[in-house]
Amino acid sequence: MIRRWLPYPILSALLLAVWLLLQQSVAPGTILLGALLGVALAKVFGLLRPPKARLRHYPLLGRLFLRVVLDIFRSNLAVARLILRRDSRTRSGFVAIPLTLTDHHGLAVLACIITSTPGTIWVSYDPDANILLIHVLDLVDEAGWIDSIKRRYERPLLEIFQ
Amino acid sequence: MSRLDALPPWAAILVAAFVLLGALFAFVGSLGLLRLENFYQRVHAPTLGTTLGTFFMLAGSITCFSVLHGRPIFYEILIGVFLTLTTPITLMLLVRAALYRDREEGSQDVPQLTPKD
Repeated sequence: MIRRWLPYPILSALLLAVWLLLQQSVAPGTILLGALLGVALAKVFGLLRPPKARLRHYPLLGRLFLRVVLDIFRSNLAVARLILRRDSRTRSGFVAIPLTLTDHHGLAVLACIITSTPGTIWVSYDPDANILLIHVLDLVDEAGWIDSIKRRYERPLLEIFQ
Repeated sequence: MSRLDALPPWAAILVAAFVLLGALFAFVGSLGLLRLENFYQRVHAPTLGTTLGTFFMLAGSITCFSVLHGRPIFYEILIGVFLTLTTPITLMLLVRAALYRDREEGSQDVPQLTPKD
């Protein structure tokens, strides 16, 4: 019964939270309307038949989030320095990374992480060979990049999604 | 502007610092668009504006209106969430389009498609 009415409890809760934030109130009427919207929109989302995501290791998710925020902060400064220094010797290039992660949701999160971090951008992913191509603005050490992406992001994502 | 006069000096200085920092990062990002040499390098620059630039602007806005209204106001966080979720999609589309064009033109600067067996 509860599965039928609440197929995506986390999505419904998030929608309710967004609604309360936008309305800036916790009046009973607002909560009721938000809850109705959350349940109804989650049911509509179910009609799209999305592939089911299974999340594990919630604490690891929080740690990964903090690490990404820190990395974004640091690479902001690095890229800003690179732009201001105006060094024409800056070598940038493509790096091919062989992945072990195959879960669609994990890959989507990895894409968001890599692209939102200044200095690296997701270019393409080959699902047959499971090779990810990224572009790095300040490419000094190719093996180092492969290692750090695999160690810092792929390993926690593997534990969370697979 | 009369409502902003109600802002105490310490909050005004803090808000000004946040807004200036945000503007600085957005500016450096735009400068990167001008200075960097090729498309793949330039596409990195706007991420400065969408990450730390946005972060400092939102921090300024949250501080300003929370102090003015005397209660925590933080629905600006939603702007940050939506920006983080949507900008990568735009950037990836742009890069994929550029890569497709370069591969079609037979450019030697981009990695070629791995042949399928």
